[in-house]
Amino acid sequence: MTEFLQHLVNGLSLGSIYALIAIGYTMVFGILQLINFAHGEVYMVGAFIGMYSSVYLKLAENPSIGSLLIAMTLAMVGCAIVGFLIEKLAYRPLRGSPRINVLITAVGVSLFLQYSGQLVFGSSPQFFPELYKSSAEGGIWSFGELKINPLQTIVLGISVCLMIALQFIIFKTRLGRAMRAVSFSHDNASLMGIPTNRVISYTFMLGSALAGAAGVLVGLVYPKIEPLMGVMPGLKAFIAAVLGGIGNVVGAVVGALVLGLAEALVVGYWAPTFRDALAFILMILILLYKPTGLFGTKRTEKV
Amino acid sequence: MASKRNLFSALIIVSAMLTFGCKKEGDTTTSTGGATKVEGDVIKIGEVGSLTGNEATFGTSTHNGIELAIKEQNAAGGINGKKIELTTLDNQGKPEEAATAITKLITQNKVVAVLGEVASSRSIAMAPIAQQYGIPMVSPSSTNPQVTALGDYIFRVCFIDPFQGQVMAKFALDTLKVKKVAILRDVRNDYSVGLANYFIETFKAGGGEIVVDQSYSAGDVDFKAQLTAIREKKPEAVFVPGYYTEVGLVARQAKELGLNVPLMGGDGWDSPKLTEIGGKSIEGSYFSNHYSHEDKAVYVQDFIKKYKADYKVIPDGLAAMGYDAAKVLFEAMKKSPGLTTKEIRDQLAQTKDYQGVTGKITINEKRDAVKSAVVLRVDKDGFKYQTTVAP
Repeated sequence: MTEFLQHLVNGLSLGSIYALIAIGYTMVFGILQLINFAHGEVYMVGAFIGMYSSVYLKLAENPSIGSLLIAMTLAMVGCAIVGFLIEKLAYRPLRGSPRINVLITAVGVSLFLQYSGQLVFGSSPQFFPELYKSSAEGGIWSFGELKINPLQTIVLGISVCLMIALQFIIFKTRLGRAMRAVSFSHDNASLMGIPTNRVISYTFMLGSALAGAAGVLVGLVYPKIEPLMGVMPGLKAFIAAVLGGIGNVVGAVVGALVLGLAEALVVGYWAPTFRDALAFILMILILLYKPTGLFGTKRTEKV
Repeated sequence: MASKRNLFSALIIVSAMLTFGCKKEGDTTTSTGGATKVEGDVIKIGEVGSLTGNEATFGTSTHNGIELAIKEQNAAGGINGKKIELTTLDNQGKPEEAATAITKLITQNKVVAVLGEVASSRSIAMAPIAQQYGIPMVSPSSTNPQVTALGDYIFRVCFIDPFQGQVMAKFALDTLKVKKVAILRDVRNDYSVGLANYFIETFKAGGGEIVVDQSYSAGDVDFKAQLTAIREKKPEAVFVPGYYTEVGLVARQAKELGLNVPLMGGDGWDSPKLTEIGGKSIEGSYFSNHYSHEDKAVYVQDFIKKYKADYKVIPDGLAAMGYDAAKVLFEAMKKSPGLTTKEIRDQLAQTKDYQGVTGKITINEKRDAVKSAVVLRVDKDGFKYQTTVAP
C-alpha cells in the first residue's frame, strides 16, 4: 500500500513538472494556433539563467525561499526576452504564410537553441546549486515509509498558482481579452484597433517566462542541467497539453498530472523502458478517440 | 529561379561526394593489411574522446593523461628520433560521432594508431573501423569484453567487466556481508548491462540473492519509480553500474525515498562530478576502479606529482589509464623499427609485465590486460582506498 502511495506521490511530482512546461505550450497554442517547438529549449535557457544568476549572486550561500524567488524572477525575465526575440526574428516574418512554414521554423528554432546552447554553455552536464533547503529532518517529510520531498510540493503549488494567474490574465484582463480576440481572428482583431503584433509578442513573452520558471524549479528538483535537457520534457509537455485538450490551460495541468502518474506506475509495476513509449501511446490513443483532448471543446473551422 | 539554383548546387555537391567517395575507397585497399608506414619526422597518432557531453570528465581526464605521456616521451627524444604528434577529436559522448571521428583520423589525418575510447559503447562503434583499415587501436578503459573481440588490431590496457563484476560481487558478499542486493542498470549502455550480468553471476554463485532487477535509460533524470519498487524489496545494497551523472541523481533520490543502503558500482563512477551531483547522498557508497591515488608506490606518486604540476588536480583513474595506454603504445612503437601499423600491432600483442601507473600490464591472447582492481569508498573528502583484488 505504501508502495502504491509512494508511486502516486512520485507521479504527481513528475506530473507537476510537466505541467509547468505544458501551461506555456498550451497558452501559446491557444492564442496563436502555433505549436512552439522551441518551448522546451526556452525552458532549458531558463534553467541556465537560474544557475548562472545564482552562481554570480551567490544565492546558494543562504538557501531560502527568497533566493529561489530571485533566481526564478531573473530566469523569467531572461526567458521573456528570449521569447520576444524568437517571435520577432523567426515567427513574425512568417505571419500570414501557411501554418506548415511556421511549424517547420519552430523545429528549426528549437534545434538552433539546442546546438547554440551546447556552444555557449558547453555540452557537459552542470550542477544546479541548492537554492532552497527544507527545514524538515534530512530535507524530507516522512510519513512512515512514505517520503515526500517538500520541493516537489512547492513545484506543484507553483504550477497551480501559475495556472490560476494565467486563467485570470486570459479571462479577466484587457490584455487577456485582446489575446482571445486575436485568437479568434487576427484580421478582425486588428480592424477593431487591437495591436495584434504587440499582443502576440506579449503572449510569447508570457509563455516563455513560464518556461523560465519551470527551468529553475526543475533544476532544483533534479540538479543536473545540460543543453539538451529540454528535448524530452518539451515533448512530454506537448503530449500533456494534447491530452488535456491543447489550448486549454486547466486541461494542460490535468493532462500533465495524468501523464506523470501513468509514467510512475508503468515504471514502478511494469517495464521502465516503456516510460517514453507510454507518453506517445497515450497521445496516439487520445488523437484516435478524442482528438479534442480531455477538456477540449470542439471548435468548428470558421469559413 | 532560386529553386533552380539550389538544385544545381545540390547536384554539384552530390557529384563531388561521389568522386570523393570513390577516391577514399581506393586509399583503403592500399592501407588494409597494415602496410601504412610512418613517413617524415613525426609519428601521427589519433585520439577519440568524449571531451564534451554527458561523460565529459571521462574524455578530458583521459586526454590530460595522454598529453602528459606524449610530453614526457617527446622530451626524452621521441621514438627512435621521431616526435609524436597527437590529433584529438571530440565525439560528444555519442557512438555515431565516435565512428565518424576515427574514420576522419585514419583517412584524412593518416594516423598510425588510435587511442580511445573510455565508454565501451563508443569503442564498439570505433573498433570495426580501426580493424577495417588495419590501424592499431588501444582503448584506455573500455571494460566490456566485446570491444577487443571485434578484431586483432584492437587492444585495451584495463581489466574487463567479468572480472570487475566478480570483484564487486565478492566485495558485497565478503566485506559488506550482504545477501540481498537490488540491481539498477542503464539499458542503453553496453557497459552497464554487461557489468550487471557479470555481477549477478558471481553474486548468485556465492549464495547471494538478487531481489529485484530494475533499469533506466541514459539521460533520464527521474529514478523515483524504480527506486520505490527497489525499496519495497528491502535490499541490503543496490548495484548501480552506470555512469556518474545518473548515479549522482540516483543517490540523491534514493536518500529522498529513505533508501539508506550503500550503493555499489564500477569504474564508470570515477569522476569528480559524482560527488558534486550526488552531494552527501553518495557518501558511503563503493565502486571498483583501476587505481587509487592513495597508493604509496613510487610510480603512482610520481605520476600524481607530474599530473598535479600540469593540471592542478589529483588525477582520477581515467587519467591514469590514458597515460598508461599511451605509454604502452609508445613501448610497442619503440620496438618496431619500421613503424608500420602491422609491426606496431604485433609489438602491442607482445606487451608483457609493463609497469604502468595502474599496475603491471600484460596483454593476453584476447588482447586484454590482466590486472588487479581496487575498491574505493566515496567519502566527503574524496575516494578512499578499501582493498585490492588480484585477478
